[in-house]
Amino acid sequence: MKKFLWLWLIATLTVLAWGFHLAIFVAPTEATMGNIQRIFYYHVPSAIMGMVFPYVNLIGSLGYLYLRRNNPLRALAMDALALAAAEVTLVFVSIGLVTGMLWAKPAWGIWWTWDERLTTYLLLWLLYVSYMLVRRFSSTGQTYTLAAVISIFAGIDVPIVYMSIRWWRTQHPSPVFFGGPDAGLDPSMVPAFVWNILGWTMWGVFILVLRYGLERRRQQVQQQIANSALDAGLEGNA
Amino acid sequence: MNFFWTTLHHLRKDLKLEWRSRDAVNAMLFFALLVVVIFSFAFDPTAAVSRQIAGGILWVALVFAAVTALNQAWARELHNQVLDAQRMSPSPAAALFLGKVLANFLFVTFIEIVLAPLFIIFYNLHVLGNGWLLLLVLPLGTWALVVNGTFFAALGLRTRNRELLLPLVLFPISLPALLAMVQATTAILTGEADPGLWIQMLAGYDIIFTTVGLLLFEVVLHAE
Repeated sequence: MKKFLWLWLIATLTVLAWGFHLAIFVAPTEATMGNIQRIFYYHVPSAIMGMVFPYVNLIGSLGYLYLRRNNPLRALAMDALALAAAEVTLVFVSIGLVTGMLWAKPAWGIWWTWDERLTTYLLLWLLYVSYMLVRRFSSTGQTYTLAAVISIFAGIDVPIVYMSIRWWRTQHPSPVFFGGPDAGLDPSMVPAFVWNILGWTMWGVFILVLRYGLERRRQQVQQQIANSALDAGLEGNA
Repeated sequence: MNFFWTTLHHLRKDLKLEWRSRDAVNAMLFFALLVVVIFSFAFDPTAAVSRQIAGGILWVALVFAAVTALNQAWARELHNQVLDAQRMSPSPAAALFLGKVLANFLFVTFIEIVLAPLFIIFYNLHVLGNGWLLLLVLPLGTWALVVNGTFFAALGLRTRNRELLLPLVLFPISLPALLAMVQATTAILTGEADPGLWIQMLAGYDIIFTTVGLLLFEVVLHAE
């Protein structure tokens, strides 16, 4: 397992290095935005990852709630998955927001606009911050259940948020958003984009697995402590 | 039928408790009034433009007032281990939740009834759109706040920093509802836009989150 992780890390770094090479040196300079556009190769993969990992979090949470009665040990593993996914989500969404702002300042002249996509994305970030807060604040025994419930609420909330912001913003035409790279990607830019998205997906999975392993070990240590306390109590009685 | 009677029982109990102490309603009322006064420092409340922001202020006042009361909503059940008794009782947990939501809904509605004339006096408001639509927007918005607020207050009951946690969880989840409430109220006050879409959205939000709350409340109540 350890060997596999190392191999995976080396492969990830290689892909990322190749992606960097393609994005910075090989891909042609964009006509209107110039070199600023190159942040696109990092912004879009992070943004996409930030929208994929919430599903992993939701799956982990649903799995926890489903298993917690009849298979508590398996349920704990699901919770570790949910936690790892939530943290990776936060990292990617934060990177997506920051790189987006870095791009927006030279391209639009402003750091931020309350456009439909930006607002939705910010709300996604807020939801996951509150998820992490619940995990921090709740007492150890209930953290898993409460966090899973919050995750389900967030999962239901996200589509509603998306629709509501769309209605809000279609009523007021947004002034600064032009089609952007969505309008189509020049074929010469595609390799840089594809390699970067592959690299960052591998990186995300790597971090997820590491964080999952860490959380599993924390859970095991906690269980050992609880077990030894139980044993000590039994010996004391005997 | 059993569910209905249990809900009614919980509602009656909460109303009776509130009637004897009047803690929540008094606190909410005074708090909302303070917010209204403080906002008048920030801008000229009698100016014509204030109509544009009055909807936002009304809801901010109500939201903060509701949170102060919701934090206390379950604290009553903690005295003398009442909540543990509720957990052991065979009656449906969702009925306890629904009764609590209904009680809080009535409290916040009462605040709105008292606050509305004050708002009109202090902010020199007269409604330019269909005023009667407010009778639809206010209950729907209140329900959205109260149903999620009661749920998250129960969720945070045994956490550290309970009173801090409620707004931190409630506001992010309620943001679409808050957006709809403010937009609908502003549309009605200014008469410039059609609030229909926002009212539908609020109704949808209410239905969805009431269902989710009723389904998941048992999980939260027995979270150990």
